[in-house]
Amino acid sequence: MTTAADRARTWVSGRDRSLWVAAGLIVLAVLYPSLVESLQDLPLIGDFVPSVSGMVVMLAFTTMAIGLNVVVGYAGLLDLGYVAFYAAGAYTAGWFASQQFDQWTFHFGSVGIVKSLPGIHLSVWLVLLIAGLFTLVVGILIGLPTLRLRGDYLAIVTLGFGEIVPQFVRNADEEGIGFDLTHGAFGIAPIDSLGFGSLGERLGLPESFQTSTDRAKWFYLTAVLILLITVFCSVRLRDSRLGRAWIAIREDETAAAAMGVPLMRTKTWSYAIGAFFGGVAGAFYSSFRSGAFPADFYFNISVFLLCMVILGGMGSVWGVILGGMLLAYLNVEGLSTIGAKIQDAGLDFDPTKYQFGIYGLIIVAMMLFRPTGLIPERRHAIELEEGVHDTPFYDVTTEATLTDRDPSDD
Amino acid sequence: MATVRRVLQFLRQPRVVNGIGLSLVALVGIWLAVNLVKEPANFVNVGLDGLTRGSVYALIALGYTLVYGILQLINFAHGDVFALSGLVAYTVLITIFGLDSGSSGLAIAGGIVVGLAITMPLFAIINGSIERVAYRPLRHAPRLAPLITAVGMSFIVSNVSLALYGVQTRSASDLISNAPMFEIGEVVYSWKKFVALAIVVPVLIALTWFVRTTRQGKAMRAVAQDPEASAMMGVNVNRTISVTFFLAGSLAAGAGMVFLLEYTMRYDTGFELGLIAFTAAVVGGIGNLAGAVLGGVLIGLIQSFNEGLTWFAAGSDWTRSIVFGILIAILVFRPQGLLGEQTPEGA
Repeated sequence: MTTAADRARTWVSGRDRSLWVAAGLIVLAVLYPSLVESLQDLPLIGDFVPSVSGMVVMLAFTTMAIGLNVVVGYAGLLDLGYVAFYAAGAYTAGWFASQQFDQWTFHFGSVGIVKSLPGIHLSVWLVLLIAGLFTLVVGILIGLPTLRLRGDYLAIVTLGFGEIVPQFVRNADEEGIGFDLTHGAFGIAPIDSLGFGSLGERLGLPESFQTSTDRAKWFYLTAVLILLITVFCSVRLRDSRLGRAWIAIREDETAAAAMGVPLMRTKTWSYAIGAFFGGVAGAFYSSFRSGAFPADFYFNISVFLLCMVILGGMGSVWGVILGGMLLAYLNVEGLSTIGAKIQDAGLDFDPTKYQFGIYGLIIVAMMLFRPTGLIPERRHAIELEEGVHDTPFYDVTTEATLTDRDPSDD
Repeated sequence: MATVRRVLQFLRQPRVVNGIGLSLVALVGIWLAVNLVKEPANFVNVGLDGLTRGSVYALIALGYTLVYGILQLINFAHGDVFALSGLVAYTVLITIFGLDSGSSGLAIAGGIVVGLAITMPLFAIINGSIERVAYRPLRHAPRLAPLITAVGMSFIVSNVSLALYGVQTRSASDLISNAPMFEIGEVVYSWKKFVALAIVVPVLIALTWFVRTTRQGKAMRAVAQDPEASAMMGVNVNRTISVTFFLAGSLAAGAGMVFLLEYTMRYDTGFELGLIAFTAAVVGGIGNLAGAVLGGVLIGLIQSFNEGLTWFAAGSDWTRSIVFGILIAILVFRPQGLLGEQTPEGA
């Protein structure tokens, strides 16, 4: 009887501090919409406080970055085509929650629209899940032929897929493939909004976020929830058997295979799970923007997400959240705010025009000066501090022999 | 689940993989043959166009393959260096020399030669400095580190082009007339196509001579085979790597000049061209110089056939997908490329 209680107690005490920090951050995040106005009134920094709808975009991209972190950070597979998963998620939302297929009329849990509206309209909550699962399948399909390749070859193939998918969605209309799958260059819009329907209305929750007076706030809270679930899954996965297998592959693929880690299956899972998060975030974001447009999906987004992972620290969830929020902030509002300040000061320089050059500089500077990122993963930090215990068999400098080796070093 | 596994196992047999690969090649062959029979003149014209295009791709692909051969690094910034070199060539030819379509043939030819004499050394130095600043400090880092840095450098270089030249496209394509050099029936070979080959072929010959016969060329090949052993034999590895980047940079400048004379370019041309050229290098067998040229010409032909033929051609909307489809197919069916040797990277 006591063992369970003991175990619970040690679990709590071991993670006490980080749990408290996390809880504090969550409370702050939930309160943000009510604090934002007073924050924006602050002198000096007030102009730099992001709006609530800006925060929604930041959170959606951070969720994708955490998904990418599973692939790049945990399993060490450089994926330069993550935007393909974002696109897959966004278009799934377009297929199942808009008037795209107006030859059919099917409603299931749709909110905020009349039931006679043509097209497939599933509840967007359900669509988020479908998008995740569909993208997961896409991830497996992309992964199976390519994950045999190592390192930079894999990077270039994922880059190839990251280019093919956007071109496909741009061309897959009546004219291109004979069936209007993605509505070509126009994209799919409008996409239905999240909401609680008539049931929620009775509980005082908005029927549809889109028509509610607090649109941004409700999308924001949903984004926080999705991010929390993603972070939780990501942390639990990292410590699972599968996660340890990923890290083993990252550290040394040959050694991991020799220890019995099934390479293909493990790598494919990292791809599939990374894709799942990308799909959910993509579907959510397209519901927020109420559209999926092919111009959103290009290589720069893949690099942008990669930059978040590198800036924060590959493999470190907290680092990626920090890196993601920072860069997404710069992308959404920060750079234009800074640009306005610079122009107020009389200089003619527009940082938003050079944003990808700035991200490039960040990537290069981080790789050269702080390759472990802003908040390094614990394992990386320990390796840097204590070394990795690889005593040579014969240490010629101290004339030691095999028998003199300290067994604790092994 | 068991069925899936059995299907996958069946698909992994070399016999099956080769069979699928060869039947894909056969399909392409049939497609080309039908098009040739339907419209022979158009087919040859489009083929000549593809050859011109392919020669530019070959020059860029050589830059990738040289660097990959020696460092096992995909130098993502290479395409953007190429784009910047083309834009600088525009400044030299049009802004400084003041050439236009009315200038005499001799002036234009002289301008191109002098322009190359300026941009090639300049971009050799720029490419060498990129290596010195961004890649050399990471020589002993994990292999992903320089690759990620290269992606970052690519964005930096393309933003330098953006800052210097803005978003407008530049072209010097009216300098050289599109008039036919000779005609055979409906087949037309224009001066413009000739000029591209007139620049590319001498550069290729010079490169072959350099790599085959000079001391530095031998050092490059030695380092590509085994850096440590060649260091023990007295080869200065760092200097050899720098020389490789110089060479790649000047090849990019050559390609930039040709591209400027034939097509239009702007700050982000390098991204797409870089990817195509990299595909060309992989198709030919990365690290293999002859392979890069072969791959470049093949990709150029495929692109032109796809955009120019009429029977069941997908058209320019799908060019990127086709090029990357080929890249993926090559990596799945023949990872070592057409002329390459088996590497541990593939399979």
